[in-house]
Amino acid sequence: MPAALDAIAAVKGRWAGVTDRASLDHPAVNVPASDLVAVLRSLKEEHGFDMLVDVSGVDWSVRANPRFTVVYHVFSTVGHDYVRVAADCADAGAPEVPSATGLWPGADWHERETYDMFGIRFTGHPDLRRILMWDEYPHFPLRKDFPLAGIETTLPDAEVVAETKTGAIAAPMMGGPFVASPGEINLTEAEPRAKDESWTERRPKPGA
Amino acid sequence: MVSANTELTYNSKIEGDVIVSRADSVINWIRSNSMWPMPMGLACCAIELMATAASRFDIARFGAEVMRFSPKQSDVMIVAGTVTYKMSSALRRIYDQMAEPKWVIAMGACASTGGMYRSYAVLQGVDRIVPVDVYVSGCPPRPEALLDALIKLQEKVKREPSAGKLFSA
Repeated sequence: MPAALDAIAAVKGRWAGVTDRASLDHPAVNVPASDLVAVLRSLKEEHGFDMLVDVSGVDWSVRANPRFTVVYHVFSTVGHDYVRVAADCADAGAPEVPSATGLWPGADWHERETYDMFGIRFTGHPDLRRILMWDEYPHFPLRKDFPLAGIETTLPDAEVVAETKTGAIAAPMMGGPFVASPGEINLTEAEPRAKDESWTERRPKPGA
Repeated sequence: MVSANTELTYNSKIEGDVIVSRADSVINWIRSNSMWPMPMGLACCAIELMATAASRFDIARFGAEVMRFSPKQSDVMIVAGTVTYKMSSALRRIYDQMAEPKWVIAMGACASTGGMYRSYAVLQGVDRIVPVDVYVSGCPPRPEALLDALIKLQEKVKREPSAGKLFSA
């Protein structure tokens, strides 16, 4: 029996809230946010999943409940196997999960990125600032209600803004986003072109 | 002790040692042949910028081999790569810190227009925050294209009324 399935069986036996999660590749579990750190600690210390590979978030939809899910990927350098751990955030308005920085210092920047893109707060994080966008940026770009083109926003440096009279704009998106179709032999056919032309920054996305 | 030169007539002894020209031509000739770049390398265009400076393409042939990482010593900012909004303020500040006269080359699609990054995070053309003199197309442009941009900029500099600006400002 692979290390991952062993570990999952053990974790499920110990925490009643842990359930199987549909997955096409690696074994995965859903964990209540309150047990998240305990489960990750058990995977790390008792089952050899000593490496945190990735922390990311999912925004299911503006109307979904729970709306946000945080996903951790852990890897066992001994058993050479991955486990995916997902935790739903209870409150869609102020999503929050406990931080894993106490277990892996490497979780720091992953969690900052997840906070930056989704606005999911990690309680207990030592320095939860934005990491990609500037500190004063008021939006969370990977949320479903954030338009692909962006939202008009002022730039952080007041002096530069006064001098250049410019700010972050909604990027011109007419006909975009552009994607290439892979596997096409004919290069003209494979040219990047608009995938979904039913909406642009001028015409709102139908049904959004 | 300086004695006034009262000899205003033709003097065959110094023939060939004196050149008469316009101040504009002299100043522009000096400026255009030693344009020290500020390498604003932000993405993959910076690799082509390095190739342009290296032996095969040798930007030194055009007097622009002295890449200055200090804005106060540079004449032409080569914006090579994607400018994010987060970086744009820093870019403008570096431009402000460059001493006059100064020029800007927008190298590649991203610096010129935002390129393929139609995104909430990317400045849609560096001309939104700094005045650009030459745009270079390409993703990334070949070193020859950058050299061509430099030559075009030199031609532009040679047409500037620099002496008038120098003494009026």
